[in-house]
Amino acid sequence: MANEIHFRIRRQDGPDARPYWEEFKMPYAPAHNVVSALMYLREHPVNAAGKKVAPVVWDSNCMEEVCGACSMLINGTPRQACATLIDDLDQPIVLEPLTKFPAVRDLLVDRCKMFNALMKVKAWIPLDHTQDVHLHAPLIGPGEQAVRYIFSRCMTCGCCMEVCPQYHQDSEFVGPAPLGQANLHNSHPTGKFFKQDRLHALMGVGGIADCGNAQNCVQVCPKDIPLTDAIAELGRRTTGQWFRDLFAR
Amino acid sequence: MILATGGLGLIYGQSTMSTNSTGAAAARVYQQGAKFANGEFVQFHPTAMKGHDKNRLMSEACRGEGGRIWVPSEKGDTREPREIPQEERFYFLEDWYPTYGNTVPRDVASRAIVRVTRHMGLGLNGQDVVYLDLSHHPREFLEQRLGGILEMYTTFSGEDPYTGPMKIFPATHYSMGGVLVDYAKDEQTGGMQKVHPRNHVTTIPGLYACGECDSGYHGANRLGANSLLSATFSGQIAGAAAAAYLKSLKKSAADLDEKYFESERTRQEVINQELLSPNGTENPFALHRELGEAMREHVFVERSNAGLDKALVTIKELKERSRNIHLDDQGTWNNQSLSWARQVQDMIVLAEVIAKGARLRDECRGSHYKAEFELKVPEGKFEGDPEYEEYRAEWKANNKEWMKLTVATHTEDGPRIDYKPFDASILAPEKPRDYR
Repeated sequence: MANEIHFRIRRQDGPDARPYWEEFKMPYAPAHNVVSALMYLREHPVNAAGKKVAPVVWDSNCMEEVCGACSMLINGTPRQACATLIDDLDQPIVLEPLTKFPAVRDLLVDRCKMFNALMKVKAWIPLDHTQDVHLHAPLIGPGEQAVRYIFSRCMTCGCCMEVCPQYHQDSEFVGPAPLGQANLHNSHPTGKFFKQDRLHALMGVGGIADCGNAQNCVQVCPKDIPLTDAIAELGRRTTGQWFRDLFAR
Repeated sequence: MILATGGLGLIYGQSTMSTNSTGAAAARVYQQGAKFANGEFVQFHPTAMKGHDKNRLMSEACRGEGGRIWVPSEKGDTREPREIPQEERFYFLEDWYPTYGNTVPRDVASRAIVRVTRHMGLGLNGQDVVYLDLSHHPREFLEQRLGGILEMYTTFSGEDPYTGPMKIFPATHYSMGGVLVDYAKDEQTGGMQKVHPRNHVTTIPGLYACGECDSGYHGANRLGANSLLSATFSGQIAGAAAAAYLKSLKKSAADLDEKYFESERTRQEVINQELLSPNGTENPFALHRELGEAMREHVFVERSNAGLDKALVTIKELKERSRNIHLDDQGTWNNQSLSWARQVQDMIVLAEVIAKGARLRDECRGSHYKAEFELKVPEGKFEGDPEYEEYRAEWKANNKEWMKLTVATHTEDGPRIDYKPFDASILAPEKPRDYR
């Protein structure tokens, strides 16, 4: 570790440009995370060969592992850069962009596909008014809240999709996170009125049938969301919905 | 247009805010005529972690659940905290404020911590750090009540807050000031009319502001959890107001002559071209770092007129230098250096508004503190004691002069500061704050 931090970063000047590796070295200081180190590098963008270059481009925002913006591959593992301490990493630290999303520049990728998937499964609760909590607003029991709260912490970071073998740039699979969100919103006392819409969205192309049960998603989720529990429940519910549809005709 | 662009913590370099909370959008509309109010009232949250990139907030809930703030009583004590017995610990908030103890308001706690580290030299290792201790509580209790926050402390510091105290210091946290907004008064109730196009309008007709970027609700000192409240409330009100305004319009933006849009587009392109010119010398990331250092030095928890004068000189220099930026990234595709440089130019503009407002406000109010103008409560004296009543009379006289809103108007030479009277008709202040 000594007195410097050594990075090897996979860069790309634009979506159609060729990727290339660039190395950087910076002075060591304790308590750096990957983003704070990248911030140092953007102020001093001189690569390890001594050449001044354009600063590395990356995405970050909250710096507290709650927004999901700073997902990248760090020494091969997809994780949040802000929450990854330099002191915990083997050097040279290898930074790469997520591979399942179209490259934009350097470590920045286009994750619109994730948000489109959330729209496809209607991962929200349409409200036609607000209600004082004391005036018979819908209630959720504490046991249910404990389970659902974990799912509500999903920050659409894309790590689960990065490791899912069924998810790739040419597939229409919505991926693990939207499945979790569909199930969450189906469990909500008001959200459940739109249960059928969400289940139908998952019974078509790119839906639940695409899940191969690899279990990679639960291993990598930074919020420890039990995604495969939701996927299993959705498996039962979509089957039930299929029967209902059969007899509804 | 409704502006809901949040806070401006990045002006201080480090803060508890996200990296997009630069205040740049508010600065841009300010430069186009939207007046900015109460800039000097910035809230410093007492218990935040140190860091290279930001100060991660250790929520007030820690103190609410019995967290105790302390430093070793002996200056330069290098023992591990667990080795320091209770009688050798200085629980200064509990000592100085027996009634409220560790749960004194944020501004009071921040000032106390700064006094302990900077005036009494009792910070850990002589630095700007004190302990926030929860380790006297059982693990299960902490996991249930504060699990999320404590996990964050572990993740970012590598230390265990369950078995030892956390290390914290005050950090920039919230802006009570913001774009000046109006409202339509309900003459019957004295409150706000529920739906009216004047609610939350700025001094630019058709431009509304709500949430942290407005200035309407928190005065000189925001109460904990009320940011969420004002954001929710002001959002509802501003939305309805903008809709009402739109209904009253006879023309729409689509009816306007192209030339207005073209000239603004050209103006924006010129700004970009100047920044992309290869001729400059200043590094925008370095400029931002220097801005933050000056703000944290002179426009922080404790202010002085001498310090604010220094800050204003530095800000003017940075403003000059920010006109001569050289970008290491000369490209036009996802050029983050360019967008950052633009935000740095805007942050410097608002920094001047904040520092100038602070310089001219010669008193202490809420989060704004100048020792040279402090009205000290007489020690050991309370309501009814003649010394206290004399102090209260001074306090009331000061309110007569200073209980008013600071209003900044943009000029090319810097902010012009005026004042707007404050309507205390519903609840006139009678008692100075006292947490003893």
